Amino acid sequence: MAFYVVQFLTGLASAASLFLVASGLSIIFGVTRIVNFAHGAFYMIGAYIAFTLTERLSGAFGFWGGIVLAALAVALIGVIVEMVLLRRIYHAPELFQLLATFGLTLMVEDLVVLIWGPDDLVGRRAPGFKGAIDFFGQNIPSYDLFLIVLGPVVLGILWLLFQRTRWGVLVRAATQDRDMVAALGVNQKWLFTSVFAVGVFLAALGGALQIPRDAVHHAMDLRIIVEVFVVVVIGGLGSIIGAFVAAVLVSELNAFGILIFPKISIILVFLVMAAVLIVRPWGLFGKPEAPARKTPGLTVNPWRPLTSNERLAALAALVIAATLPLFAGNYALTVGSEIAIFVIFAVSLHFLMSVGGLASFGHAAYFGLGAYGVAFLAKMAGLPMIVCLLLGPLLGCMGAAVFGFFAVQLSGVYFAMLTLAFAQIVWSIAFQWVSVTGGDNGILGVWPEKWAASPSHFYWLALGVAALVTIALRAMVFSPFGYALRATRDSLLRSEAIGINAKRIQWTAFVIAGTTAGIGGALFAYLKGSVFPDNLGISLSVDALVMVLLGGVETVSGAVIGAIVYKALNIWLVSQTDLSKLVLGGFIVLIVVVFPKGIVGMLETLAQRRRKSSPPGSPLLAKPIESAE
Amino acid sequence: MSVAPPLLAVEGLTKSYGGIHAVRGVSFSLRAGEILALIGPNGAGKSTCFDMLNGQNQPDTGHVRLLGEGITGRKPREVWRLGVGRTFQITATFATMTVRENVQVALISYGKQLFSLFGSAPKFDRDEAGRLLELVGMGGYADRPCGELAYGDLKRLELAVALANQPKLLLMDEPTAGMAPRERVDLMRLTARIAREKSIGVLFTEHDMDVVFEHADRIIVLNRGALIAEGSPAEVRGNPQVQAVYLGEGLVYDARHREGASA
Repeated sequence: MAFYVVQFLTGLASAASLFLVASGLSIIFGVTRIVNFAHGAFYMIGAYIAFTLTERLSGAFGFWGGIVLAALAVALIGVIVEMVLLRRIYHAPELFQLLATFGLTLMVEDLVVLIWGPDDLVGRRAPGFKGAIDFFGQNIPSYDLFLIVLGPVVLGILWLLFQRTRWGVLVRAATQDRDMVAALGVNQKWLFTSVFAVGVFLAALGGALQIPRDAVHHAMDLRIIVEVFVVVVIGGLGSIIGAFVAAVLVSELNAFGILIFPKISIILVFLVMAAVLIVRPWGLFGKPEAPARKTPGLTVNPWRPLTSNERLAALAALVIAATLPLFAGNYALTVGSEIAIFVIFAVSLHFLMSVGGLASFGHAAYFGLGAYGVAFLAKMAGLPMIVCLLLGPLLGCMGAAVFGFFAVQLSGVYFAMLTLAFAQIVWSIAFQWVSVTGGDNGILGVWPEKWAASPSHFYWLALGVAALVTIALRAMVFSPFGYALRATRDSLLRSEAIGINAKRIQWTAFVIAGTTAGIGGALFAYLKGSVFPDNLGISLSVDALVMVLLGGVETVSGAVIGAIVYKALNIWLVSQTDLSKLVLGGFIVLIVVVFPKGIVGMLETLAQRRRKSSPPGSPLLAKPIESAE
Repeated sequence: MSVAPPLLAVEGLTKSYGGIHAVRGVSFSLRAGEILALIGPNGAGKSTCFDMLNGQNQPDTGHVRLLGEGITGRKPREVWRLGVGRTFQITATFATMTVRENVQVALISYGKQLFSLFGSAPKFDRDEAGRLLELVGMGGYADRPCGELAYGDLKRLELAVALANQPKLLLMDEPTAGMAPRERVDLMRLTARIAREKSIGVLFTEHDMDVVFEHADRIIVLNRGALIAEGSPAEVRGNPQVQAVYLGEGLVYDARHREGASA
């Protein structure tokens, strides 16, 4: 019995940090409508700076002062970020905001390694809370008791802040209707900046307070952000009480989940989240959101199928690509195969994101499931390669069918957060369930059979599949189903009013996209000869988003171009610098701020301008890039 | 001997939001080919009432019957399948698609081809889509992006979309709002003509009294959630209760409007 009580208290103590970070995210979202992906990064910087300060400053004051100073310093960084970056994108589609803040996260991950090194840092114990308290033979660290008290105290302070101060009244008013608040003469800029500072302060404080409990390391940002997303999805985005209740719930589920499913404890959290989503899609304490802004929505440019000239150009591009083995070496062919596979991955996400308006932040889950599917079939069942390639993607299909069912119940940022959380759950299972997946060591020796083993043969295989997949998905864009999908994206109200079951259409699209990603993953497993949990990790999901975004979300062919340019650039970058995440993150932020339409979108705009200024007859000139598939 | 049920029969429709009784026991019926106007001052409960007819909103009590079949509690898409088309007060169209594609989506849905993955949508019922657009006077706009249309044209497009499933009943929430006076008359004449030709029942809400009195066969008047009058335009115009709650306001508006126009 005592053991369970201790387990319960440990859960409560973990909830404190989680609550701090989640409430910060909620407050920022409430006012600015930005889901701050970089919140985990601020949490991590808080922990690192607190580590440095508490090491340098001595005594009890030094420790506690260091914690608070660290949180204040990070809040200052937050203010700079808000003023320099976020102010430029408050009116951008929410997808761009998520991506920009994700770009920041990537940059921070490299920066902390650059400053503090790659090793785990173990911080000081908190003065006055170094010991443990005996509870019927079980030990409870006294610092845990401190955290248990701290959670409700912070909740109380936040409540007073929002109910009893002028600033709090403004924040609550802006959460309800920020345009109205602006119309009443409140300086929105500073309100937003101050809210962002408070939110970041809470995140950093959460991170700083973790140092006596956990080692500080450079991957703690992603771990916390996923938990925080789960918390706000359960508790309801924008509700502080919801954040508190859900933080306790999730922490307790984690604490007891380890007892029930020691290998895959995260399952329990997932089940609860799924149950909440079915009953209250907007979370326990949240309010139903007004329909979100449309993800694509920078221009109105109706899509059309390729003309016969453009088809010829696309075919020519494909033929040229197929001649690569005639003059390129083995390394170039392997890179070529990888690019072809990422074209598959990118067009699958494009289908969901651009055609369906559903920006998945966890698309790698289905890519990775396809890869694991192949690995299971090849290694455990010993099936021939062609069978594995055909059946492996079905694992991605099944994953997409299960998760997609829940995901399409939501839209906008909720959809993005949920898909990210699902992907992280799949990742955790692959990572934790060592007996089946090999855990971190992955599954090795998934080599192609002789007919596909040489680099040139494999390249042709990958290229051929990529071409087929691209053609098939493109045909679907202009099929009745594609029209229905675009209809649900443009107006749910109108779709339902003309007999379209929007959720079922979106679910179908999710399964199609997931299966297609699984095809890419299946090929990827054979290309690399192995499968690792990273094949379904967050960074891969974001790679896919960036490829689509780089090509242009609102174009039909952008994903293909985006995948080729991005993957080539990425491979080159990794070979050139150790700070690839820093460069990549900066690159993402740059695209969002400077080229929101992507490469193909930009070329289309240029082509349109030229068309308007030059006599008719020449527009085809500017088109071959778009049709080069 | 049984009498054929009316096209639309509404009985005792009630809806409350907290303490506010938005709609209180509203009953009326509508015959095929008849044009019925639902009027009332702002906040009378018109839109709430409207939304409950096609499942956009669910009543607390009461029934809605289409040709005798109960449709209360059905989802909007199910009601549509039974032959009820609708247009919205604030137009809802597919902004990134062309005008023709907007109609084609409705035709695809009507033809139950929504899950056809490899057919050609641009060719799907292209002629029928063209005919519907021609019918509402939008034939020349077929290839224009829907997002570029003027508001009045969007209203006409919505009408074309609403006609795609050969409806028995059209629900039009403020069909002429935001249109120029000339356009209003044209649209309502067009609607009336289509309704007569195809024997479609039309229920519409409207703030413009000229439109209402000129085009409605019958008018029902809602005030504070309750039905206060029902009858032909002449009867409703002469009803003192209606004049008190509604036309009084309308006349004041009219006078002000004229002053503004002459200034």
